[in-house]
Order: sequence, then C-alpha cells, then structure tokens
Amino acid sequence: MGMSRAEESFFTTRLEQIMGWARKNSLWPMPMGISCCAIEMMSFAGPRFDVSRFGSEAFRFSPRQSDLMIVAGTVTYKMSHVVRKIYDQMPDPKWVIAMGACTSTGGMYRSYSVVQGIDLFIPVDVYVAGCPPRPDNLLKGLMEVQKKIARGEKPGQCEKIYIQEHLKFDERQDSRKA
Amino acid sequence: MMKDRILEKLNANLKSSLLAVNEYRGELTLTVVKGDIVKVCQFLRDDGDLRFDGLRDLCGADYYRPEGRFEVVYNLYSLKNKFRLRLKVRVGENDLHVHSVSHVWPTADWHEREAYDMYGIIFDGHPDLRRIYMPEEFEHFPLRKDFPLMGIPGSLNLPRK
Repeated sequence: MGMSRAEESFFTTRLEQIMGWARKNSLWPMPMGISCCAIEMMSFAGPRFDVSRFGSEAFRFSPRQSDLMIVAGTVTYKMSHVVRKIYDQMPDPKWVIAMGACTSTGGMYRSYSVVQGIDLFIPVDVYVAGCPPRPDNLLKGLMEVQKKIARGEKPGQCEKIYIQEHLKFDERQDSRKA
Repeated sequence: MMKDRILEKLNANLKSSLLAVNEYRGELTLTVVKGDIVKVCQFLRDDGDLRFDGLRDLCGADYYRPEGRFEVVYNLYSLKNKFRLRLKVRVGENDLHVHSVSHVWPTADWHEREAYDMYGIIFDGHPDLRRIYMPEEFEHFPLRKDFPLMGIPGSLNLPRK
C-alpha cells in the first residue's frame, strides 16, 4: 500500500479502544524482584527473550511510572506491607502478575513467615506457574495481560489467568540429540 | 596438640567454669557454666598462645527437655592456630538470661539478636537487643519446638486488601 493512499484513508474507532491499544503495547513493568524468580525476570528483559518485542522493555524502578507489577519471589509477612505500599503508589489502571510458585501460593514455603499467595492482600490478574518459571512463560503471562487490556477488562476484577509450565526447552534439547 | 594446650590452659586458669569436655570427629566442644561465659570468652580471645580472635557463629538451640532446655552455641576460630572450638551454654526455661559477648567480639551483636528473635534468649548487656527478622510487634519465638509450623493465626497481620 502506497503512503499516499494511507494518508487519504481513515478509520473509525472508539477512544477507549485506541487507548487500550496504546496501553497494551506499552506496559511498563515494576520489577518487584524479591528473590530468585527475579533472575528469570532479568532474562525476560534481556536480549535473548527480549520483552521489548512487546513494548515492555522500560522497567521502571519507580512505582509512579509503571502500570504492571511483576511480583517475582517469596513474599513474607514482613515484606507484604512493602509490596502493598508499592502497589498503592502505582497509578491506575494497574495490573499484577504473580510470578512463580511462592508468589502464587507460598510454594515450598509452608511456614509461619511466608504469605500463602499474594492474592491474600493484592488483586492478581495472571498467575505464572514454575519454580522459577521460564522467561517464555512469563512472556506468555505478559501477553495474557495484553489480551485482557485489549478486551477492555478492568484490572483485578476479571477472570484470573493461570499459565501452566511447559517443557518445550527439554523437547528441543532431545531433538538436538537425535 | 592444640586440644591439649587449650584444655591445659583452661584447667589451670578457669577450671571451675568448665562443665564438660566433649570431642567428636576431631571437633572439640566445651560446655561452660552460664555465668562464666564472658570470662571464658575473654580468656580464649586474649591469651597470647590461643588467640581465638574470631567468633564464626553464635546460635541458639532448643532441645525441648525439662532441664536446661535451651543452649547457646559459640563457634570460635583462631587464625593463628587454624583451630576451631565450640562452646556451649545451657539456658533453662525459667531463667533465659545469658551475658552478651558482643563487647568481646562485635560480630556477636546481630547473632545474639537472631537468637533472641528465634528463641527468646535474653542477652544481658547487649547494646541493642531488638528482633532482627520478625516484625517488632510479633510476640512469639518461632524456632522454639512448641511453636506451630504454620504460625499462630492472627499473630502476623497482612495489609488491608
């Protein structure tokens, strides 16, 4: 299609929809890296898995400039107040990914000090399974958040998404051997 | 042998402070009278031959027995002699006080706070005996054997949803 035609043509949409389109392709994550899942989150941001393909490469270390919180790691009762405070400082609309087993359910830490799932104190939109999840699984989680935004859903009130673990990597290694 | 030298010196100077001597797999463990722990530590550190200049670890332990339920364990190291020594002090449930060694080895400061936080052992003379892991308002001691694994409901609060 020549540029001249594009300049002449037009399309109609709703403001809400175009806002959603802009939002979903520029989600700025707040890296709430509390423990080892944060290593996989760095890989998710790095060149190999490259989250910038989805417009989320701008990790903001200030909650005031971000609209997606990736909680990556074991949240203790003592830390839960900090997580909640940071969540409260983020501007609306804000989304939350619970990355990994500990964040989603307490994981292997069935103990007095660890919160058994962060949904006990903040609303979660997408849960990503794994210990830790592979970066591509986290990318899947991010894409699910994007789909939610595209559908015009409200954060924290819509259907929860659960990303399962998959074994793609192992399969690929097997095929290399063969 | 280093072990014999330590025992010889302690027997000559602080015989009444030693309760038991135990050796297992080349590791020497001395059980010390509770009230004399600072004296023994200071002697082991300052003796020109022994020079136990490092406190490598200090921890509490709960044996959950009627007599002398808790223990405080001191792991010492002598750089000069390349030798490790373990001291133990028995602490009864009714009298949880032990004298602090944080003025002998400053590293004991945080270790004693940890033992206080987890077992409730009180270190007299400690400069700043506060909880180190658990929130300040927490009222229990979670590494005691009678503390339930999943905690006491309502003892730790979550932020409002």
